[in-house]
Amino acid sequence: MIKDYFNLAFKNLKKRGARTWLTLIGILIGVAAVVSLISLGNGLKAAVNSQFNIGSTEVLTVQAGGVNNYGPPGSGAAKPLVQADTDAINKLSDVEVAISRNIKNIKVEFNKKVLFTYVASIPDNAKDINYVYKFTGLEIDSGKLLGAGERGAIVIGNNLAKGNKNSFDRDIHIGDNIMVNGKNFRVQGILKKTGSLIYDNVILMNGIDMKNLLGYGNNVDIIAVKVVSKDMINQTINDIEKLMRKRRNVKVGEEDFDISTPEATLSSVNSILSGIQIFIIIIASISIAVGAIGITNTMTTSVLERKREIGIMKAIGARNEQIFYQFFIEAGLLGLIGGLVGAALGVAVGYLGTSALNAFLSSTTRPSVSIWLVIFTLLGSFIVGAVSGLVPALKAAKENPVEDIRG
Amino acid sequence: MAEIIHLKGVWKIYKEGEENQVIALKNVNLKVREGDFIAVMGPSGSGKSTSMNLIGSLDVPTRGSIFLDKHNISNLSESDLAQVRGRRIGFIFQQFNLIPNLTAKENVMLPMIFQETDEFEREKKAEELLKLVELSDRMDHYPGELSGGQQQRVAIARALANDPEVILADEPTGNLDTHTGDVVMKFLNDLNNKGKTIIIVTHDPDLAMKHTKKIYWIKDGQIEKITERVKGKWKDLKK
Repeated sequence: MIKDYFNLAFKNLKKRGARTWLTLIGILIGVAAVVSLISLGNGLKAAVNSQFNIGSTEVLTVQAGGVNNYGPPGSGAAKPLVQADTDAINKLSDVEVAISRNIKNIKVEFNKKVLFTYVASIPDNAKDINYVYKFTGLEIDSGKLLGAGERGAIVIGNNLAKGNKNSFDRDIHIGDNIMVNGKNFRVQGILKKTGSLIYDNVILMNGIDMKNLLGYGNNVDIIAVKVVSKDMINQTINDIEKLMRKRRNVKVGEEDFDISTPEATLSSVNSILSGIQIFIIIIASISIAVGAIGITNTMTTSVLERKREIGIMKAIGARNEQIFYQFFIEAGLLGLIGGLVGAALGVAVGYLGTSALNAFLSSTTRPSVSIWLVIFTLLGSFIVGAVSGLVPALKAAKENPVEDIRG
Repeated sequence: MAEIIHLKGVWKIYKEGEENQVIALKNVNLKVREGDFIAVMGPSGSGKSTSMNLIGSLDVPTRGSIFLDKHNISNLSESDLAQVRGRRIGFIFQQFNLIPNLTAKENVMLPMIFQETDEFEREKKAEELLKLVELSDRMDHYPGELSGGQQQRVAIARALANDPEVILADEPTGNLDTHTGDVVMKFLNDLNNKGKTIIIVTHDPDLAMKHTKKIYWIKDGQIEKITERVKGKWKDLKK
């Protein structure tokens, strides 16, 4: 019999066309916002996480701090790290290895076109090279990775090699020569796609070549540190901090350097993203609440307008609860339709947004729309609607048929 | 013949005890027997509408009792009362009172929904009834697309939906021209000939005397007289 009430309710809503849609809008916007933001937020998290491209979680990075900068890590520091810092950290007993890395912005020319991207140093010795590839998780797609002492050659990121992704308008092949900061280098390998904005556009270059090319002397942008034991990672961080404070002559609390684990970086980014998500969901909930009040309002008006109808239905045998169900279900249906359209809209926005994000970050994040999110949302919006209609429906059920028919 | 409805010493007082209380009915006694064709006659303000509400179990009396099939319904809850009248009494109103956003057929099916008749049965019955009132070709029309006479015939079909013993019609021709009114009355006559009990409430003595067999004349909340047609002639009965 419930089906009959749904039927009747649906006919009523259909008849009131414009008003029904206006009433739905509050719920619709709220649900669309919730669904799209949750999907987008998840997509954003995945996309941002992929930028960190973590190969190994027991790697710490040490960077000089003190200056706000938008360049590659460590590049704008007031007091840069130097090779001697790396050597000192290497001597700590709980450090397995510390490796100097440099990452710089650089001008690249190919096919008579110019673009700017990142160049990252690769150590000159075989042992450190292996560590770097392990830390970064970089793998070769074609050609071969840079080995020890391989000078004059470079390995490039996957997007950089593709004519439709780089701005050279031409694919770069193994053996091609490209101009890096005015000097010719031979491409000997192309990396596998990583989904990271940096690594997919990077140029890997022998550290000595890079130092000669850019002339930064002994300065170091990042020191990558592999700890002996992951369980003791906090102790190791303390040791490095102590050492660096001494070397840089700063007091506790005034450190002009940063030590971070990829996990910590990731979780701080994620917590910011979650915070944004929660904030937006609160706003969306307000929209849903306003929508619910709209439903209550419409249903109250509807009960007043349909007093006569209620009286007639009672005269021809409707019990109080049968009248109640009709209005209750009608209100629920208002919520449900709002939820349905809102969820569809939200999913669409989620997909569009994620595609836009992918295009922007050249990542390959898939939009994450969970079926549970949609089911939960629909059920929720029906309940919101029904609860909003509760009081008007009770009022309808208590109408007096004699007065209503005469009225 | 078996007695269906019996109003026994019924009083209806609105706002009882308050300064502006209205005594609508004073000690009314009225009996409806199976197969009757009764008119409750009176000018406006006489209490005839109140008596129709009580006969139709839309309302309960302030004092006195109402028996439906010898069951006292004066004390039933509102919902139970609704259930009883839905099953046993079919209403026809002056304003037709069809639900505007339901088609003719859906309007006829509505009382059956409230009695929880199954869907197949409902549809079959509604089609039969609309055929009976000669509206087979208008089943899927909305009330707004029908003339007054057609709407009233849909209302008759709706009143018959749950196969009630009694049809209670409040000024059934009040909103219709004479010819259309006659058509509607013809259908009610036919139903009475088939054994249905019909009660009409009207202010129009011509209508009452032309079609019914027994008239309760109401004035100032009391039954003034009862007349009955015996062998084509109207005769006063004792109260």
